Amino acid sequence: MTAAVLSQALGQVFDPYVLWVILGSAMFGLFVGAVPGLTATMATALLVPVTFFMPPVPAIASIVTATAMAIFAGDIPSCFLRMPGTPASAAYTDEAYAMTKKGQGELALGSGLVFSVIGGLFGTAVLIAAAPALAEVALKFSSFEYFWLVILGLSSAVFLAIGNPLKGVVSLLLGLLVSAVGLDNPAGYPRFTFGNAELAGGLTLIPIMIGMFAVSEILRGVAGIDKPWEMAQAQIGNVFRGQWRLVKKYPLQTLRGSILGTAIGALPGAGADIAAWMSYAMSKKFSKEPEKFGSGHVEGIIEAGASNNSALAGAWIPALVFGIPGDSITAIVIGVLYIKGLNPGPTIFMNNAVALYAIFIVFILANLLMIPLGVAAIKGAKQMLRAPRELLLPIILLFCIVGSFAINNSAFGVVLMLAFGIVGYVMEENGFPVAPAILGMVLGAMLEENFISSMIKADGRLLAFFERPIAGSLGALTLIVLSVPVIKRLIAQRNVTSA
Amino acid sequence: MPGQKFGPAWFPGLIAIGLIVCGGVLAAQTFRERVPLFEAPEWIRSPRALAGVASVIAGLIFYVLAADVLGFYVTAFLIQVMWMRLLGASWRVTLPVALIATVVIHLSFYKLLRIPLPWGMFERFAF
Repeated sequence: MTAAVLSQALGQVFDPYVLWVILGSAMFGLFVGAVPGLTATMATALLVPVTFFMPPVPAIASIVTATAMAIFAGDIPSCFLRMPGTPASAAYTDEAYAMTKKGQGELALGSGLVFSVIGGLFGTAVLIAAAPALAEVALKFSSFEYFWLVILGLSSAVFLAIGNPLKGVVSLLLGLLVSAVGLDNPAGYPRFTFGNAELAGGLTLIPIMIGMFAVSEILRGVAGIDKPWEMAQAQIGNVFRGQWRLVKKYPLQTLRGSILGTAIGALPGAGADIAAWMSYAMSKKFSKEPEKFGSGHVEGIIEAGASNNSALAGAWIPALVFGIPGDSITAIVIGVLYIKGLNPGPTIFMNNAVALYAIFIVFILANLLMIPLGVAAIKGAKQMLRAPRELLLPIILLFCIVGSFAINNSAFGVVLMLAFGIVGYVMEENGFPVAPAILGMVLGAMLEENFISSMIKADGRLLAFFERPIAGSLGALTLIVLSVPVIKRLIAQRNVTSA
Repeated sequence: MPGQKFGPAWFPGLIAIGLIVCGGVLAAQTFRERVPLFEAPEWIRSPRALAGVASVIAGLIFYVLAADVLGFYVTAFLIQVMWMRLLGASWRVTLPVALIATVVIHLSFYKLLRIPLPWGMFERFAF
């Protein structure tokens, strides 16, 4: 990175227009994150139509800022309502609420904020260091390597998801099937179009994502409208009181949460929510006082709170370098990157270095901005949580309509949004994770293209997929990942029979 | 397709095989566990929630069918009123909030972001 690039990037970020966008998105993100049922992914999906009309840097900046704020703000209702604001906070909601009940609400909210910032900055540092280095390697990749990379990503998405992996596979295959619609395939042959011109262009992803992430959440919110929100009382003074002591007491936990979070974020398909669950479990496992977990103990909140915010930045590593999203937020972001001419891939560091470093700077800025705005959000939490749902849900729904219409200026977008909203709701209610489906839709074209061109190059010889050194290692790694659940099941069965 | 060894049917074909296998295993698992094939969700019993869910779906369908005729203003206002009333807001709150939400969203998307939201039969009043 040269000084010239850096100063240009700084100039692009510290432009009054961009700073206003960042501030506005930060407040939007804090609100969306703090209100249960509105998620960070939903915030991203709703921001896309707005970012259409912005230059690349503010467009990406608004998404980066809003999601970072939303993941932190998800901790707020955990303390007051015993409801996670976003799924990323669900892992330690009970813990945070128990702290509020014990009169330690201030400490819980404060550590949510402080360790979110630390985790976010850690993830950003890894992103800045790792992405260019990976890009160097990725320049040498051919269709065989990309094929394995996509397969590896898709399989980790399925097996990291919580619940039945088979349901994850079904979700993934449905996503791939959606990606097969239209003319955009290696043969250029219309598939599943039924002679319809709207379908020939393929299914537009943004209305689908607004459907699966926003409309399905609204349906869930409407279905649960009868459940009242009961606010726990908490005296909130100075949220930073006692935080320095925690930083000194739990450095290892903070570091472990940040590292695991970044890694889980960088693995395709698994994002902040799974990172938080894994970090909370790990924190309990290695804690000196595991018996305190669940009764309002801050240790797990620290580790998982750092983890979910670091996952957010980690997810951008594969998204920028390979065009493979690390979580469902970056699955949406990749579409925006293409629209803005910042095509993801190893060459992004040569073609768009300034914009890229501007994005990195925004990441740092957003995490620092979280400190003052986070305090304000905690202070204003009671007002935000009192927002009447019977008015809020209809307004968001109208926003969804306009957003999915805006992508192609066609009512077909609204139809897609509704259809996939219902599909997403039904899937989640029945234990089918939505993230693999989204990943399948985003990566379907890439998978098919690399698979078919590899098959043509190799003339149908499957062994060719293992003949190049990196492709061979990636292939072996994929086979190992795929065989883990089978081996686990065999071990479990042997234990059952021997016991 | 003739002349192509790996044509456009390959990829969907593989997906289809995968879906058949997974679907079969899942069906077998469900059958073995003897869980009921269909369970009504809890909210079906709450009239307010049921009306809400039905109105979300009906409202969106209504928007798709009516927006090009009635225009954005009328359609959006009507579905806002329906949703807010069915979710339990009073008329006194619903009418002003629905009106303001419709106007603000229209102005910000139509004027600021230049999305051609439909005017329908009110084309001559367009601004």
